[in-house]
Amino acid sequence: MKFLLAFVIGGLICLIGQLVMDMTRASVTPAHVLVGYVTGGAILSALGLYQPLVNLAGAGATIPLSGFGHSLAQGAIKAVQTRGLLGAFAGGIEAAAVGVVAAVVFGYAAAVLFNPKD
Amino acid sequence: MNENAGFNKQQQDVAEFQGLIDQVRPKHAYLKNAIMAFLVGGTICLIGQCILQIYTGQGLEQQQAQAATAATMVFLGAFLTGIGVYDQIGKYGGAGSIVPITGFANSIVAPAMEARREGYVFGVGAKMFTIAGPVLVYGFLISVLIGISFFLLR
Repeated sequence: MKFLLAFVIGGLICLIGQLVMDMTRASVTPAHVLVGYVTGGAILSALGLYQPLVNLAGAGATIPLSGFGHSLAQGAIKAVQTRGLLGAFAGGIEAAAVGVVAAVVFGYAAAVLFNPKD
Repeated sequence: MNENAGFNKQQQDVAEFQGLIDQVRPKHAYLKNAIMAFLVGGTICLIGQCILQIYTGQGLEQQQAQAATAATMVFLGAFLTGIGVYDQIGKYGGAGSIVPITGFANSIVAPAMEARREGYVFGVGAKMFTIAGPVLVYGFLISVLIGISFFLLR
């Protein structure tokens, strides 16, 4: 059941992105979509609306980039409760650190080791 | 004369039908793109769920397992981009291959790989962040804003 929900919810989150790209001007690029997903996911998370989706769909909600926004927001909120204003600055990146550093390390390695295909 | 009128009518119908086809065609593309994005994006999330289950099965707590899953998916996205497979998935998947975190990895590797002849600092080092840079900038900004809001409201 969890697998089906991950597939359906994850698929729907991506489908919304496709509709946004198809139905807006051509100046809306994948970069705009990704920025929108991170920002939107963080705002939904702060309003308490994203965690229920994670509980329901697991990776279906955490693998789309809106899940990255969710961990940024939750990290900041939890750190504020223990460390105050300093936590507001540190909490987000601390929670997202594994993903960000993995992206830099694996991204760099792949870019250096492989040659572009055309 | 009557026959001729019938023929003209038929031609008119054909033209009208063609007009209808043209009206409908872009909507078909929307539908096809949306279905492909759903299937490809859903499949990537399903693979993510399998990896998540493996990590939680190993005894990692939920938060750690999610972080490890994200890192693994980033690795897969970067690797598949390197060997040229992810671009093929992207041709069919559209947003289904862009929105998942594997697409974030793809957006780092693809421009950096092309930029290697521009050197390792301004080529690879800078171009890695062509798309990832804005994502991190706005991600960090919104997380600090949310943190400050909760600080003021508590």
